[in-house]
Amino acid sequence: MQFIKTRFNYLFGATKGLILVAIAMIGMVTAVWGMLSGPMAEMGVREVVIKLLHMDIVQAEREGRIIILYHSIAMAVVAIETYMITGLLKMKPFFKTAINVLITVGYLLTMIFGMGFAYFGHNWAFHGLYITGLSLIFFAGVLLCVALWPWNKEYYVTDKEYAHTRSGFDLERAAFFATAVTTVLSALFGAVPGSYYGHGFETFLAENVIRYPEKSVMEYSIIGHLHIMLALIAVMITLIIGRWLNFKGILHKFAMPLMILGTIVLNLGVWGVVTPLEPVAHMIIYVGATPSMFAALLLLIWSWNKLIKDGTAHLAKPTFLQKLGALVRDPLKFGPTWQMLFMNFTTSGIGIFMAVKLEEIFRVWPAREERIELTGHWHALSAIIATIILFYYGDMIGLKGKVRQLYGWAILILSDIALAAVTVFEMKRLFITEAEQQPLVNGLMYAIDFGLGMLLVLLAVVMVWRLTDLFKGKGRWSEEKDQELSQEVMK
Amino acid sequence: MKFLSSTLLQANRLLRWDCFVAALLAMTLLAACAPADLNAPMPAFDTGVDPNAWAQVPAGEFEFGQHEEIQSTGAYEIMVTDVTTAQYADFLNAALADGSIKMDGDKVVGYYPGDFFRGVKHEEEIKAGDWLFLPLNDPSQRIQFDGTRFTVQAGYENHPMTMVTWFGAWGYCKYNGGRLPTEVEWEKAARGTDGRPFPWGDDIQRNNANFYSSRDPFENMQTFGSRTSPVGFYNGRTYEGYVTLDSASPYGLYDMAGNVWQWTGDVYEGMHYRFMRGGSKDTYDMDLRVWVRNNATPTYFSPGVGFRCVR
Repeated sequence: MQFIKTRFNYLFGATKGLILVAIAMIGMVTAVWGMLSGPMAEMGVREVVIKLLHMDIVQAEREGRIIILYHSIAMAVVAIETYMITGLLKMKPFFKTAINVLITVGYLLTMIFGMGFAYFGHNWAFHGLYITGLSLIFFAGVLLCVALWPWNKEYYVTDKEYAHTRSGFDLERAAFFATAVTTVLSALFGAVPGSYYGHGFETFLAENVIRYPEKSVMEYSIIGHLHIMLALIAVMITLIIGRWLNFKGILHKFAMPLMILGTIVLNLGVWGVVTPLEPVAHMIIYVGATPSMFAALLLLIWSWNKLIKDGTAHLAKPTFLQKLGALVRDPLKFGPTWQMLFMNFTTSGIGIFMAVKLEEIFRVWPAREERIELTGHWHALSAIIATIILFYYGDMIGLKGKVRQLYGWAILILSDIALAAVTVFEMKRLFITEAEQQPLVNGLMYAIDFGLGMLLVLLAVVMVWRLTDLFKGKGRWSEEKDQELSQEVMK
Repeated sequence: MKFLSSTLLQANRLLRWDCFVAALLAMTLLAACAPADLNAPMPAFDTGVDPNAWAQVPAGEFEFGQHEEIQSTGAYEIMVTDVTTAQYADFLNAALADGSIKMDGDKVVGYYPGDFFRGVKHEEEIKAGDWLFLPLNDPSQRIQFDGTRFTVQAGYENHPMTMVTWFGAWGYCKYNGGRLPTEVEWEKAARGTDGRPFPWGDDIQRNNANFYSSRDPFENMQTFGSRTSPVGFYNGRTYEGYVTLDSASPYGLYDMAGNVWQWTGDVYEGMHYRFMRGGSKDTYDMDLRVWVRNNATPTYFSPGVGFRCVR
């Protein structure tokens, strides 16, 4: 009994244990449900999985199923980010415990009963528990906002290295707070139409209605919701990585106000799509996205500069190659900001390019091609966020030496191969016709499947290692149960 | 020194990764660079289905769309199959002879009276005038013009007419005394009145229809990918060992799911896009569900888009 109790306390009480459980849950869902779509579908694996697991797949309910699947994974990611925030930032112990308990129960209910409802027959009690899970996560978000309240003088800072006002008001905490508050509010933009459409049956996927000239307020609300939630998850992971790396100095002082401004304006733009401001909403979104992305660029510049300086501190006049070596010496610390840069090629760059080439692309391509581009770019952004979490997780569990190198570089290279191929796949119509595309598509698919497949294998290896570790009396888990992320922030 | 050896070790490791990645990229590029043979030999099968046949669809209500909204239609007739390349070549020859269409370089063009333009966001104006019916210089085009007559590439006679714009589809139906089906008419003809998601029933198997990677005799996913199948191919017959399931719709129509997307005739207020139904040889089975819509500008043409008419 003691054996189970101690492991349970670690897995559901310690920050690192909570993150491990959430990553394992996401990994399992991704591995199983990934087999229901291409290329596993073509290979016949989908039919086997459906039969083996006794899934109940009704054709008319595909869109509802996918929405529940997205939410199941996204809620676990939100939970991971929340654990990181409660582990990194100062807050009252009561809040930390309450937030972690609520969000853990919330995402587990959402995932287990949501997927149970969507794929294994329609037990309405499951649907109720799915909604209960989402509600608990919402309440955890509200509590997080209270816990982060930046005007509480307990959290004022005096260290001149960090962005703050003259009175000591912590601008980094304010950026976390602004992102948390806007995330909670933006969740409502999904919750309200979600209730309207009811039960996930009579709903739609945003990419399927994007060309209709007239959309209802509810449709706009859903389109806005999915965009802003993913953007806010990205903003939050940027802030988290900044805190982990101990972002400070002059660039921090510029970045934090920009992040606050960008987050607020971005949200106003997205919320504006359901108001008469809709015609100018995109412009507001661009205005908001620019400072947010610039703040992320400042983090990148600061962290690369720090990695180089730390790595060459013992050299009087380091050469370019020595600086480069220092930059990439630790893939887990180089990886997150590299992925933020890489995101510009797979997500932001594509979006801007598409906007510039609107007449050539969206006016000419069939809706299905546009759908591929739309779904591709937000899947790529989600995958990039996932890899950034995995970089941090690798550091968190104390990977060292060759294992650290292998883990870090494998994540970086495998994901970038896959995402680069996804990007080319999205844009292929610009340079190849439908009739001639198959060899290119095959080549890209090999790259995508290899990259993502091996990444999942790597994750599976880590998870198996962590599982076996739990059976050891003095395993790594026993050290992690008392560790907190705030103690491990870079010096 | 320690740092140097560490850096070298790192570089060495990076180099090995680089080699690995380079090998992978090279393999990818090699696979991608092999050109697709657009004229690879095509198996020829007589499906026994008459492309000149029409099916009766009675007036009445049916469940329309994914969420089964009740809609009704009048009685109409609809072609049992997609328009074939042979039928389209006959139309081109007749229409060229009587001046209904004309040549414009490598393109066939015809008159369209235009649509009312409302200037809605993203809407493009479709003015009265000559519009592209089909291009002749595209390697995927199966209809050739020798200066006097249009002919069909051998082996494609009973395949659906593709590489045809919405204007070209509209022109064919009009010339033959019909019109393109509205989306409502198309869907009713595809699913009947019992709300089924596929023309033949509730579920899809690989030998129900020609879709992406359905392993039919016409595709080779390692080289040229998917190709069209002859109209009416999925009728329960066995073709040189390939067994098909009878996949006719409740009104006896074939290929209402897969093979080629089908242009429909609706012109919607405030948008120039035209809608297509049915999914195609290039789409996953989810796009073969009868309510799934695709759309494109009316000048769009593709080896995966065809049409049929109603009257």
